[in-house]
Amino acid sequence: MEGWDPNTKSTLTQIPLLTTKAGPRDGAAWTQRLKEEYKALIAYTQMNKSNDNDWFRISADNPEGTRWTGKCWYVHNLLKYEFDLQFDIPVTYPATAPELELPELDGKTQKMYRGGKICLTVHFKPLWAKNCPRFGIAHALCLGLAPWLAAEIPILVDSGMVKHKDDAASSAES
Amino acid sequence: MEVELKEMLNDLESLKRSLTDPSHHAPIDQLQLRVERLTSLASSGPVRRSKVKDMSAEVVDSNPYSRLMALQRMGIVENYERIRDFSVAIVGVGGVGSVAAEMLTRCGIGRLLLYDYDKVELANMNRLFFRPEQSGMTKTDAAVQTLSDINPDVVLESYTLNITTVQGFDTFMSSLKDKSFRPNKEGSGVDLVLSCVDNYEARMAVNQACNELNQTWMESGVSEDAVSGHIQLLIPGETACFACAPPLVVASGVDERTLKREGVCAASLPTTMGVVAGLLVQNTLKYLLNFGNVSPYLGYNSLKDFFPTMEMKPNPQCSNFACLERQKEFLLVKPARDAALKAKMEAEASSSVTECPLHLDNEWEISVVDDSEPDRIEAKSADALPEGLVRELPNADEFQKSPTEAADATIDDLEDLRKQLEALNS
Ligand SMILES: [Zn+2]
Repeated sequence: MEGWDPNTKSTLTQIPLLTTKAGPRDGAAWTQRLKEEYKALIAYTQMNKSNDNDWFRISADNPEGTRWTGKCWYVHNLLKYEFDLQFDIPVTYPATAPELELPELDGKTQKMYRGGKICLTVHFKPLWAKNCPRFGIAHALCLGLAPWLAAEIPILVDSGMVKHKDDAASSAES
Repeated sequence: MEVELKEMLNDLESLKRSLTDPSHHAPIDQLQLRVERLTSLASSGPVRRSKVKDMSAEVVDSNPYSRLMALQRMGIVENYERIRDFSVAIVGVGGVGSVAAEMLTRCGIGRLLLYDYDKVELANMNRLFFRPEQSGMTKTDAAVQTLSDINPDVVLESYTLNITTVQGFDTFMSSLKDKSFRPNKEGSGVDLVLSCVDNYEARMAVNQACNELNQTWMESGVSEDAVSGHIQLLIPGETACFACAPPLVVASGVDERTLKREGVCAASLPTTMGVVAGLLVQNTLKYLLNFGNVSPYLGYNSLKDFFPTMEMKPNPQCSNFACLERQKEFLLVKPARDAALKAKMEAEASSSVTECPLHLDNEWEISVVDDSEPDRIEAKSADALPEGLVRELPNADEFQKSPTEAADATIDDLEDLRKQLEALNS
């Protein structure tokens, strides 16, 4: 796990691993996988809450569990910045990771592909490939989105590209 | 517009005649001149060429195919006109796919299927093909607009969708299966799929579809630092599939540690993309029209102008189920095919030594065994890769289902789990 900060590493090791290698086109096996996804997400959310580091909400948008939507947030200079989060489970999952999207930040940073897909570090995809099928949605959030927010939100706020919602509201009123 | 202008000229002429005072004629003459200039501008505007029924080899400046049909006269291609029977699907209409589509359109390909979910942006203007005024259009619509102007003979189908999503993938699969263009064609409805996407997820989706449909395809890629690229031929069951081993890429020779990635996702150059599109379509033409050697893998390192080649056998332990099915089928037909090929080559050798093997009715040039053939390596072997090639990703670790987790006694109902997460979320 070269290239990861110790915090991310220790959090990652506490998220339950998955065992079923199945994607959304695999019928009953996918249902089994979906159960494992829920278990990992529940454990990860509980862990974040007990560590006072709650930072996302995510839930399946359809009964098949192939589209997920929610929110994520990041605290910078004591202010909370919250963003919509969404992604699809790709047909080749879990061989390929879900591509996490923050649509509100589309076009605001270079560290993003078009459509608001976040640009992951060079370390993410190799680690995901190595750990297929043990990593799931919870691992993608922990390894992909958390470090991205930590690296990009301070830059976006300091450069004025992202404004706090209170600031945005007050400047709109004036 | 030309009719309008002509009427205007007539009106001006009658106005001039109705005026008795000749001193008023000068400004009217001026107006008439301006209208005449506009008329000539209007008539030099865009002309749409009409469709051509048969490809002619006649060398006249109005024949769009004369230089292509000359390939046949020169003996490079046996039957160029067959190109009108072929359907090619291009997945990803970006820096490589759009240029490949234009090349095939100019070559007079029968039918092109285009897939992309993206829109044209000014940030794309460092690449070829799209024009600034097409900003905001979907790439598929903008491509159809330009390509149908260039060559109205090509049947164009565009699909604005993301093939990695469940719904997009279904549409992708059914569009490849549709045989209405050439109902008596064997197999799927297309002759070749070209992957011109810029990410691993989409390549894996193309690989999945082609393995399931037993569809030959070619993969192309340009590195994120824009200085190298590659093309690869994939025949399900016969060559390694994209999931047989971690993808191969061309080593740029630049030390990873000195490569600055701060603040950027990817770079792109019209040159590298144009070269890769050219290599891809050249391989496509050779494959479809049966001439030359079809490259199984060709890399391009632009910093060193180095072109590594290689060939890869499928992995019997591939993680892709459809790939394993195709491998089984291939092993069944292989002995008969090898024998037929050998007989053909012997007949060829005895009948004439001077005749070049160009006219062989050999669909798979690459399986001809000769000394110049590149090394055929096992997909997943630890063999040293040919110089200049590296793996983009590691292999998945050896994975065993732990019996303790299978016997998990906690809640195992999907709905209960969903509710439990919702409770945490509220
Ligand atoms: Zn395979």
